Amino acid sequence: MSDQRLGSQSPLAIEASGLVKTFGSTRAVDGVDLAVRAGTVYGFLGPNGAGKTTTIRMLATLLVPDEGSAQVLGHDIVSEADAVRSKVSLTGQFASVDDELTGRENLVLLGRLLGYDKTQAKARADDLLDAFELADAAGRQVETYSGGMRRRLDIAASLVVPPELLFLDEPTTGLDPRSRNQVWEIVRALVGQGTSVLLTTQYLDEADQLANRIAVVDHGKVIAEGTSAELKASVGSGSVHVRLGDADRRPEAQSVLTANLGVPVNLEADPVSLTARVDDPERVAGALGELARAGVAVSEFSLGQPSLDEVFLALTGHPAEVPEDDDDTRERADEDEEDAA
Amino acid sequence: MTTATVPATTARQQTINAVQAVCASCERPAPASVLSTVGTFGWRALLKIKHVPQQLFDVTMFPILFTLLFTYLFGGALSGSPSDYIQFFAPGIVVQTVVFITMYTGVAINTDVHKGIFDRFRSMPIWRPSVLMGAMLGDLARYTIASAIVLGLAVALGFRPDGGVLGVLAAMVLLLAFAWGLSFIWVIFGLKLRTPESVMQMSITVLFPLVFATNIFVRPKTMPGWLQPIVEYNPVSLVVTAVRGLMQGNATGGDIGIALLVSAAVLAVFAPITMRLYAKQQ
Repeated sequence: MSDQRLGSQSPLAIEASGLVKTFGSTRAVDGVDLAVRAGTVYGFLGPNGAGKTTTIRMLATLLVPDEGSAQVLGHDIVSEADAVRSKVSLTGQFASVDDELTGRENLVLLGRLLGYDKTQAKARADDLLDAFELADAAGRQVETYSGGMRRRLDIAASLVVPPELLFLDEPTTGLDPRSRNQVWEIVRALVGQGTSVLLTTQYLDEADQLANRIAVVDHGKVIAEGTSAELKASVGSGSVHVRLGDADRRPEAQSVLTANLGVPVNLEADPVSLTARVDDPERVAGALGELARAGVAVSEFSLGQPSLDEVFLALTGHPAEVPEDDDDTRERADEDEEDAA
Repeated sequence: MTTATVPATTARQQTINAVQAVCASCERPAPASVLSTVGTFGWRALLKIKHVPQQLFDVTMFPILFTLLFTYLFGGALSGSPSDYIQFFAPGIVVQTVVFITMYTGVAINTDVHKGIFDRFRSMPIWRPSVLMGAMLGDLARYTIASAIVLGLAVALGFRPDGGVLGVLAAMVLLLAFAWGLSFIWVIFGLKLRTPESVMQMSITVLFPLVFATNIFVRPKTMPGWLQPIVEYNPVSLVVTAVRGLMQGNATGGDIGIALLVSAAVLAVFAPITMRLYAKQQ
């Protein structure tokens, strides 16, 4: 991994060394080092149970690390937790707004807690509702909101007093593409404003779209760190997916492709699918020609960027677990990582 | 791979401009005082009662059924007539109502701490226990409303408190003080146990003997000798005696003093334990 740094002039928004958090016998976070430049987006990429949420919760002063230390915006997360809290906002993985209250009530509540008087808090709430296109739903209880609206309210709630550093824990998990794009625009707008953002995600393309630098985490450890270009380069230039017409021909297809691509070819869970990371996309056409010559029917084929699974496979030797969107696994997601192993 | 459809550039630019404008246009307020954050969380609790009023119905259903059941089924047998019995029983059933509702404080905390909103509160620069204190403030409102409903029913059934409005109000203040201390116990369960159901289960297990082995329903001297001291020194009985005395206008200073002492003792024992657990809660 090259040591090329983006914005190496700016001070560090987050500097962590050797963070460890243990739940029972599970080391949810197992020695994480981090250096996040102010004014940049840093992506924390990994599957469920990798320790992303636990790391964020430590940095947001919700959990006290068992070992290691971290400075957030120049303040120690344990001994100066109050100073950290006055400069950061957290948008948790599961909507950190109150379902039973209306959108406006949520924002007024937070405004009051942060020190606005009633009039200011209401005015601030209305400004935010307008900016986040929620004015029409302001008087409705949040439980009636769609996933995208809830997420926007959630982010708006983090900006009642704009923080210097915003933690976004899986901001787009479970959102439709349109809502996801909206969230991305919001994140870009914030960064344009000078806010630093630490976001966790399970999606490579999200990290790719938003983050200046990415840390890939697995089993509580950072296993790779760099810009998205650097990470992709470490994984190979692309990956090829092939679906066959007939599952019985798969072993034959595997050997033909292996021979012609010169790289290992993996069998997917889907009995007609094969994938391979290719260093040289030029060879793909030839390999497909060989398949046709061997009489193996191909029903679908694509050549594309490596997926998170492939990044993981390349970096860890095991695939990323497919996340399940379970509603109340917030902490268990991290505790259950033995199951994920 | 194809990229997802991108919204029109103007719409994107509008979003970006609006978000940036709303971030730029805001002065940082001075931090809120503890009193103000506690009050704000109390307001949150009241909003929840407003949005989900059926929760009040849930907690007053049983006391209403109990009042009707005891007054009309057992009243004659216990005191000669239902109207005589309700004079004795009404203050007691109000205490029972409130004592039972206190357990919902623990249930509510348990539900709250597992939600994302709790993380947000804890990551804010505010005095952390104000969430808990505010919730308890809201609960006081709930206790008051539930008591008013049950008292109203009792009056409709013929209860005539000789202590007058002042006596009833004084009794309520005493009862609320006791209930506040008691609610700290259920918050311990709320913080320690995993699910709201188990909090409810545990609380009921403790509450049942505490509420039934009392002088709420009958006078202790009708009970077997070995049981009488248990019932008489049950803290709930001591509070019932004072509440009944205040409502009926015949309370002694001793009764009131003991009830206040009991309330203070419950608070002094359990509030520090709860606050410690709460501070350590992760």
